[in-house]
Amino acid sequence: MTQPRTDTLEQALAQNRFEWWDSLRELGRELKRDKPGLIGVILITSLVLMAVFAPYISPHDPSAQDLTARLAPPVWYDKGTWNHILGTDHLGRDVLSRSIHGARVSLWVGTAVVLCAGGFGVVMGLMAGYLGGRTDAFIMRWIDTQVAFPGLLLALIILAVIGPSLTTVVVVLSLNGWMVYGRMTRSAVLSIRQSPYVEAAEVVGCRWPRILFRHILPNLTSPLLTLAILEFARIVLAEAALSFLGLGIQPPATSWGLDVAMGKNYMFMAWWLVTIPGCAIAVTVLAINLVASWLRLISDPQEREKQYARHMAGVMRKNLLAALEKEKPPEAL
Amino acid sequence: MTGQAHNRPGDSPLVAVKDLSVLFDAGRAGFWGGKRLIVHAVEKVSFDIHPGETLGLVGESGSGKSTTGRAILGRVPVSEGQIFFQGKEITHAGKNQVRELSRDMQLVFQDPYASLNPRMKIIDIVAEPLLVHGVVKNIREAAKEVARLLELVGLPPDAGARYPHAFSGGQRQRVGIARALALKPRFIVADEPVSALDVSIRAQVVNLMQDLQSQFGLSYLFIAHDLAVVRHISHRIAIMYAGNIVELADRDLIYDAPVHPYTRALLSAVPVPDPPVQRARQRITCPGEPPNPLNPPSGCRFQSRCPYVTQTCRDAAPVLTQRRSGQRAACWNC
Amino acid sequence: MTASPKIPLLEARDLVVNFYTRGGVVQASRGVSFQVDYGQTLGIVGESGSGKSVAVQAVMGLIFTPGHIEGGDILFKGRSLLDPAGRKFVRQVRGKEIAMIFQDPMTSLNPVFTIGTQITEVLRHHMGMTKDQARHRAMGLLDMVDINAPEKRLKQYPHEMSGGMRQRVMIAMALACEPRLIIADEPTTALDVTIQAQILELLADLQQRLNVSVILITHDLGVVAQLCHRVAVMYAGRIVEVGDADQVFAAPVHPYTQGLIRATPRLDVVTERMVSIDGVPPDLISPPKGCAFFPRCDQAKKACSRMQALVELGDDRHVSCWCAAKENVR
Repeated sequence: MTQPRTDTLEQALAQNRFEWWDSLRELGRELKRDKPGLIGVILITSLVLMAVFAPYISPHDPSAQDLTARLAPPVWYDKGTWNHILGTDHLGRDVLSRSIHGARVSLWVGTAVVLCAGGFGVVMGLMAGYLGGRTDAFIMRWIDTQVAFPGLLLALIILAVIGPSLTTVVVVLSLNGWMVYGRMTRSAVLSIRQSPYVEAAEVVGCRWPRILFRHILPNLTSPLLTLAILEFARIVLAEAALSFLGLGIQPPATSWGLDVAMGKNYMFMAWWLVTIPGCAIAVTVLAINLVASWLRLISDPQEREKQYARHMAGVMRKNLLAALEKEKPPEAL
Repeated sequence: MTGQAHNRPGDSPLVAVKDLSVLFDAGRAGFWGGKRLIVHAVEKVSFDIHPGETLGLVGESGSGKSTTGRAILGRVPVSEGQIFFQGKEITHAGKNQVRELSRDMQLVFQDPYASLNPRMKIIDIVAEPLLVHGVVKNIREAAKEVARLLELVGLPPDAGARYPHAFSGGQRQRVGIARALALKPRFIVADEPVSALDVSIRAQVVNLMQDLQSQFGLSYLFIAHDLAVVRHISHRIAIMYAGNIVELADRDLIYDAPVHPYTRALLSAVPVPDPPVQRARQRITCPGEPPNPLNPPSGCRFQSRCPYVTQTCRDAAPVLTQRRSGQRAACWNC
Repeated sequence: MTASPKIPLLEARDLVVNFYTRGGVVQASRGVSFQVDYGQTLGIVGESGSGKSVAVQAVMGLIFTPGHIEGGDILFKGRSLLDPAGRKFVRQVRGKEIAMIFQDPMTSLNPVFTIGTQITEVLRHHMGMTKDQARHRAMGLLDMVDINAPEKRLKQYPHEMSGGMRQRVMIAMALACEPRLIIADEPTTALDVTIQAQILELLADLQQRLNVSVILITHDLGVVAQLCHRVAVMYAGRIVEVGDADQVFAAPVHPYTQGLIRATPRLDVVTERMVSIDGVPPDLISPPKGCAFFPRCDQAKKACSRMQALVELGDDRHVSCWCAAKENVR
């Protein structure tokens, strides 16, 4: 209890309002100490910025063709020009611009799918875990059935029937990915609902939606966050794979997977057509994984303390010794 | 002490439990699940609690003491017997009735660390009962009442703005009590409320509960695992062993003139903090361990550990019979 | 501390242990000194957060990040256990000459092996016994802790046993290597009272028969009264009073010891109301200056805001209190 004493509860509440800002700053300080995590966060932030400001920073229109400059190599080759820093493809479109715009699709699809699949999966898992009985049996058998059904086949069927588009990709990937959230949420709910504070809420007379969303869900955030971020990486790859197969994003829109697919025909003449978007995919997935592993560390209180002690023990020890020295009475034995 | 409330004439019991049995289905045994496993958690337990009275319910783990408390609160399905609250039968209360009853009956938990949601501020925790029962519309409206409750349990008013982790065990238990008191209940089941607390803090919480009782005329079912702590707060004490009440008596009779051999063993098992006295004490140790609740022995449950066991004990289970005024025990031989 | 030149079995000198947490430095042990003689039982009493467990965890080498031993020394038979040069000696001592019994036996018994496997493993590893010898000795050990049908029990898994039975197995394992010192950290806290009584009798009996030294960590003064020769009372990371158990219980000097004894409910004395100590134990991140009990003490004086070292009162009794020391030292 380090805060100054206040007289009334209202005052104390008002004083407390900005606590989250402090914990955010604390988080930032810890991130600075974890180098891989920091790199991951920087990469993701720049990817997001790149995606948001794509029209302003990309040198060319990604779909503008220039048949006079087909398959131009990157700038460091003799034939390369600064006009097309990373070269052009078989239709003379600028590779750099396409890659920048490709980030938009990847991140958009990733976010949308994580929100849709995560939202649905978490609600299903909460209900299955808390209500139990028939609801539980029904939801879990549904999940089992869907997990047993080959995901790619489902995707192919849906895409063949509806026809490929950005929205369909999101729908297909969400349908394929919600089960993992459902299962994880259910098992976490089963353990949390045993805890006395949930029983306390029941005894007090809370109805089940309040118990689920007010008492159980907030205590699930850190494992769910880690799962969502890892799923995000998987979705980025899945979108690229679908687009590579021609089932995802359709030209003239761009996507990293689509670019790799088109570039593969010219692999031996123009290596940069596959390599650049390929690298973009790899870097994104790597960055997300770095952030995820840092988050996992941070969300484990014990591990977080250890990490903190390793970095801060020296400074803290010095401060403590100085404080003790000041306190020591001269006549003490 | 307000004591002896139950002796007042014309006083009808607040809570009455008659022949309560709780059996749990523990699944099936064997590969094909041929044999049903049934846990006999509570069997034929009867007692009354009067307004303003505390009944101490003492027993070791697995004796069914917590299950009894939770059965009264409607949290555990009752297999047999009846439970009355203010003369009304509540044995098989439905969800809505249990919710209504939660205004009158509350629970205080054993573990002050696990019973408060770590992600909620104290004000949200204490105001929750008011909120869900529609007494207040939002948290801001509840602030005044929460401050009053916190003061009542001896916490500073600004405590409401903090999260549970900022408090010690004893302070958290005070928060738990404030939550239980929010709806102004008449009856509180206290499930080992001080077992997890330090010795120097225990007395603070027990004394607080005593003060609140005399202030509001509360009734308590005070559950404990040994006889050391219930002495001061209880008017009467029931001793449970393996799902049965083996002795039920006025407080002083339990300590000064215990009848059942298990009560005597429990009394002698609590070491006295005085080395010469403790060394000189004649200790009745009962060897062995409580019977398996899946397969309790026929006859008296205590037979395997009892020093006075006879053939009668093995053949038939004893029932509670009157010994002295205000003392009943279930034993064939004493 | 003592005038006699005799080397105690175990001695802790000014042990300082800090935990570096995000909330600040938790000063769990702030200069703790104690000693245990051959064949003696020392009870260390204190409430949660008083640093009683930390002190013995340091002896067993169980302080891990974010904790760190900052200063002081631990001597076993006069040799340091903290000296990095004596690693081999430390390995021999821990687990073999000093054994530990934990509060929850489940944390130290491996759930996937039978009791027999686990005991014989210890015997073969530390004592170099053959399989048959180890089996034979394991049965003897289970017999020693009053487990009947040891042959059958050896084949059981920990989850097939009750809490009391598991604690007996733990004691048998602790005894396996014929230790000189057993450290029992709240050995009966998780058990029912009647089972606790059984285990306490067993410990007392074994201590006398085998003449081992025991350090018993507990929060229950009753347990100390039953088992211990000497008692050390800890508060906020320091020992506030230490001495012969009979004397400390009969005439406690430190106000905290007095309060603790009064607050422990007694079945043989009737009082109308339970006696409590007001206030809460201090936060070890910023303990009060001087005597840590000062804010809760009813005999507090001005001097109490300065630190007081342990003062000898005679009879190998020490207390750390300004008021008490002045009255008695004369």
